[in-house]
Amino acid sequence: MSIRVLFFASLREQLGRPQAEVAWQPEMTASQVWCLATGQTRLPGNVLVACNQEYCRGESLIDDAAEVAFFPPVTGG
Amino acid sequence: MLDIQVCEQGFDPWHELATFQQHPDFAAGKSGANAVFVGTMRDFNEGDTVQAMTLEHYPAMTTRQLQTLVQETVTRFRLDHVLLRHRVGAIRPGDPIVLVAVWSAHRAAGFDACRQIMETLKHNAPFWKRETLSDGSLRWVERNTAG
Repeated sequence: MSIRVLFFASLREQLGRPQAEVAWQPEMTASQVWCLATGQTRLPGNVLVACNQEYCRGESLIDDAAEVAFFPPVTGG
Repeated sequence: MLDIQVCEQGFDPWHELATFQQHPDFAAGKSGANAVFVGTMRDFNEGDTVQAMTLEHYPAMTTRQLQTLVQETVTRFRLDHVLLRHRVGAIRPGDPIVLVAVWSAHRAAGFDACRQIMETLKHNAPFWKRETLSDGSLRWVERNTAG
């Protein structure tokens, strides 16, 4: 009954940790996962979100036992 | 044939190409075009000299994203083969970062597919670059260049 939360790149450094765990709740959104994991009141607009390794939105519903990742804009290639 | 790898060690794109084409699938010679793009680290960015770089990624998602974007491109452009390599870890100017090679029946599909894979990769694949500047300070790259 928990969500595994991952942070990458500059976001990981700003938050001071690579991962967190939050308790799952029914009708939980990705934004709510962010707020619970970071203690912040809202998901910043420039933060990208993925649920189970697929891009999703802040308002996307999150299933129990999901892996939710937050990260800055990607810069590969 | 699709061959996609994230490389934790340096790679030689031309060696990778030569090795890939040893596969028996190439024996029939059905492809009339092979478009290749190699991206290397440059020693400047945003007006500053860059002496080194570290590439980080989200391994589980990177694999899925690369497979999805390559498969979509293969379907759209009817590609025969795709070879894709992307580096992670510590690199220096001149080191290869990415290799995209596509084989198709005709050149238009080859050029367009190679470009599409690169652009989609840069926008979607979860890689991040952190630069080491000439004074030793570290800086995350915040956005892609226009291309």
